[in-house]
Amino acid sequence: MKWNKMIALAVTGALSVGMLSACSGTSSNPSGSESGGSGDKVIKIGVFEPSTGDSASGGKKEMLGMQYANYETPTVDVGGETYTVELVYADNASSTDKALTAASSLVSAGVSLVLGSYGSGVSIAAGPTFQQAGIPAIGVTCTNPNVTIDNDYYFRICFLDPFQGTVLANFASEKFGAQKAYLLGELGNEYDQGLITFFEQAFTAAGGTVIKDSYPTNNSDFTTYLNKAKNEGADIIFTPVSIAYATQIISQASTLGLEIPILGSDTLDDNKVLEAASGTSVPLYVSTFYQEGGDPDFDSGIKEYINSNADAKTANGGDDTIAAVTAMGYDAYYVALEAIKAAGSANPADIQKALWNVTYDGVSGSIAFDSENGDAIRDTAYIKVSDNAGSWNLETVQTVQ
Amino acid sequence: MLSQKKNKKGLYIALLACLAVLALVVILENTLSPTGMLFIVLRKSAVYALVVVSMNLLNGFTGLFSLGQAGFMLLGAYTYAILTVPVEKKATVYYLYGGTSVNFSITDFFQGIFGSTGAGGGVALVLTVLLALILAGCVAALFAWLIGLPVLRLKSDYLAIATLGFAEIIRAIFQWDTLGPITNGANMIKSFPGFSDFNIDLGGGNTFYLSTFVPFLISMVCIGIIVLLINSSYGRAFKSIREDEIAAEAMGVNLSKHKMLSFCISSFFAGVGGAMFAMLTNMAQARVYTSVMTYELLLIVVLGGIGSISGSCIATFLYVAASEWWLRGLDAGEFLGIRSPLFRTGFRMVVFSVIIMVVVLFFRQGLMGDKELPDLFKRRKKQEVAK
Amino acid sequence: MDPVKFLPFLLSGISVGGQYALIAIGYTMVYGILRLINFAHGDVFMVSGLLMIYISASLPLYAAVPLVLILTVALGFLIERVAYKPLRTAPRMSVMISAIGVSYLLQNTATYVTGGQPMNYPTLPFVSQSVSIAGSQVTWVTILTPFLVLALVVLLVMLINRTKVGMAMRAVAKDFETSQLMGIKINSVISMTFIIGSALAAVGSMLYFTNYPYITPTAGAMPGLKAFVAAVFGGIGSIPGAVIGAFIIGICENIIKGLPFAGATTFVDAFSFALLIIILVVKPTGLFGEKATDKV
Repeated sequence: MKWNKMIALAVTGALSVGMLSACSGTSSNPSGSESGGSGDKVIKIGVFEPSTGDSASGGKKEMLGMQYANYETPTVDVGGETYTVELVYADNASSTDKALTAASSLVSAGVSLVLGSYGSGVSIAAGPTFQQAGIPAIGVTCTNPNVTIDNDYYFRICFLDPFQGTVLANFASEKFGAQKAYLLGELGNEYDQGLITFFEQAFTAAGGTVIKDSYPTNNSDFTTYLNKAKNEGADIIFTPVSIAYATQIISQASTLGLEIPILGSDTLDDNKVLEAASGTSVPLYVSTFYQEGGDPDFDSGIKEYINSNADAKTANGGDDTIAAVTAMGYDAYYVALEAIKAAGSANPADIQKALWNVTYDGVSGSIAFDSENGDAIRDTAYIKVSDNAGSWNLETVQTVQ
Repeated sequence: MLSQKKNKKGLYIALLACLAVLALVVILENTLSPTGMLFIVLRKSAVYALVVVSMNLLNGFTGLFSLGQAGFMLLGAYTYAILTVPVEKKATVYYLYGGTSVNFSITDFFQGIFGSTGAGGGVALVLTVLLALILAGCVAALFAWLIGLPVLRLKSDYLAIATLGFAEIIRAIFQWDTLGPITNGANMIKSFPGFSDFNIDLGGGNTFYLSTFVPFLISMVCIGIIVLLINSSYGRAFKSIREDEIAAEAMGVNLSKHKMLSFCISSFFAGVGGAMFAMLTNMAQARVYTSVMTYELLLIVVLGGIGSISGSCIATFLYVAASEWWLRGLDAGEFLGIRSPLFRTGFRMVVFSVIIMVVVLFFRQGLMGDKELPDLFKRRKKQEVAK
Repeated sequence: MDPVKFLPFLLSGISVGGQYALIAIGYTMVYGILRLINFAHGDVFMVSGLLMIYISASLPLYAAVPLVLILTVALGFLIERVAYKPLRTAPRMSVMISAIGVSYLLQNTATYVTGGQPMNYPTLPFVSQSVSIAGSQVTWVTILTPFLVLALVVLLVMLINRTKVGMAMRAVAKDFETSQLMGIKINSVISMTFIIGSALAAVGSMLYFTNYPYITPTAGAMPGLKAFVAAVFGGIGSIPGAVIGAFIIGICENIIKGLPFAGATTFVDAFSFALLIIILVVKPTGLFGEKATDKV
């Protein structure tokens, strides 16, 4: 009997603690102009990125770019006052059902705007939350068209999948004269399947044929798929998948001794993928946003940052290869600062209005938003090839009119 | 006579308590910042509570060990989403398939009758959601019936693994590219009415928030129906099946009929819950409804106490709040004012799973065992009388 | 289908089937004795792979391999003692929840330790090498797996049929309470079951991750589930049944993946489950399961 009482008490206690913490959470000023410990004015920028799950590797590298930018420029001047920028993190766990609460936690932390995410699915899932809260979000490398459609609060600084799919399809036919493509993506993954469809559209329009396959989530055996590609006489394999799967596919292609070129999308531009390809003879090409060497100052700066900080180095996968997403994260941070400056306030609504006209010359190229969806106006993609010794070489720069 | 009176009194108290909770939710939402974590947690808890209770009906009260809940939620979510996306939005939603083969929408139907703005729009919205939720439940129940025909003959663990298998098969079918014009393949279905559409714009930048009230209301009504069912003769038959199938059959309980009934009803509410989950997240996507979700639901059932409705509800809130909210600081480096290098990404879930293990191992009855919340107070009263 | 093109599918099917078999034995033995679906078994398999990565980073392989085996066995033993033994008298559902809890804990801990990055499995000498068979490249692991599995199964069956421990195991599986009354130390028998199951999972993980060399925290989930399906398929509680079930599932799966129809691959996992449901409905105890009679 005592036991029941204790449980009842514990539950009531827990509930009231919850309510209290809710009150204390909501009492803080959402505009972010609350004074920090040192008396400085603080503006909060939400970082909505995966640090667990399939896309963790990419999300961490993207965050690294933001952290480095924040380390480089920790303050922003708004209306003659200097604000300290504080990054608030929320892990969306690469999963669309966790994205909702992660986004809400940023909203309730009172952020002025949000950066992220790596991965389109989570961004689409979180879009309505930011929209309803009236907080603008800048998508960094979420390339699926659906992220910004019907959402005035979601912007993005990267190119879109219809563009990326076309670029890669053109590249496949120009470089390899490919007639038959094997397309492999994760079953039920919006990003993979979207890109595959766009690739298919462009590739078949150019007279090619495709074979489409998908593998179930958590699959690790790709040998059968790769053997099938070989048997069907595919000229290229296009596999725009998450990093965890890409590493498997490449290492298994190598044990099978596959000579067919593997084409990947921006997700494959990761040093875990490079590591899988190094020491093999797999021809691996990826399309991406930035090529190391594009901006020497940024390159040397971030390498120094990564090498001087053990945590950063772990987040970057243990070496100092610069991923394109890191450059994009870096640019996104500065675009955010530009927007705050242009808005002249830390108020999310003002920043949202200002964002439409923000332009910025970043390390990954110049960034401006179109007036329809808030997508970046970009017509350039870098295509890189793995030298199979642990680094990328620039293959070509592709544009589509 | 006496017990009947007592029951009626209990019913009134329960009704009053529910109304009080609903009122509290409305007041809280309109006084505190509506974007706070509290409300998203409350909303998610309301949705999950319904599914957990429906699972408890099956696993706790009828003793049928089923792991298909996520599959039925998926059916509900997709039914709701496919039927309520306005026709004009279909081209954008189904952009990969150049539109859809489902060229009607309940939303448009009711808006055509009542108009899309003002009070008429409100009526249209309520009717749309109501009809779509019921249809979502019916589709889930229909599938449950079809699946139940072969699998309900199976015993305990075999039933569990067969239903788990069915959930996976359903998921694969909804992700199938060929059905894209209906299910949108791998893509999410979105742009359908969600909870936030219930917020009433009072003009002048003021809004009357109902987005947490609505899921609470729907959940409470559904859970209320389940409670009534459990207290009816059907409920007693379910419990007798749980206690001893053979004895139950000997007492004249039609085993297959009652098992099927319990399975279908449970799936109906799981379907409604799935549709509500879609409303909560503003999207329907098959990859969300995995076996991991079913395990999560099962964990909550056990934490709350197998065979306790109020236990399930309280456990749902605690579970959602702890995993999504209270422990979040463990990931971010600072928790309860303590900073530690141990607190980095993933630590939250480690701590959370340790808590679960401790509860499972040392508090085997879960939060409430098979008692309900009123039972606790009854005990206390007796004690006082004894004194 | 052209037989030469068909061969690689069959080979990888047999290899995957062999690896499933090693996991499935763990499931089937535990279920036979405790009537418990040990959901954590797939994750033990994953942890064993991670242990190999961390240990081989600092120790040479000849020391790392036995150490990994020992640690995996210790982990399996520990899980049983901590998470299942206290619940021996509890309802079956509680024990299963405990298993799900352990699986949760192992996955989350793995995420925390690895930081969510896919980890690269070390290459083992010789077995990671490829050979060319009928024009297609195959690793030695793929070829050796079925033989190794068969050898281990023969050993195991001998252990169960010829030794005292094996006899005790069979007795406990037949009737828990009576065997206790007959003086069998059921706790040590159960521990033994977990030790054997974990050791086989460790071997399985070495074979599996040599072929598929990147480990994520959820890497054990799918093989675990498939192995369980195989165990049920073959008749849970029966070791030869589990092995045959695993080979059937592994081969069918790879043939479906290789089918030249668009969309066939969508249903790879669905097929395994459909097969399982059909078997369960037609013959509820699986292919080789013993018919259990309920005592009133």
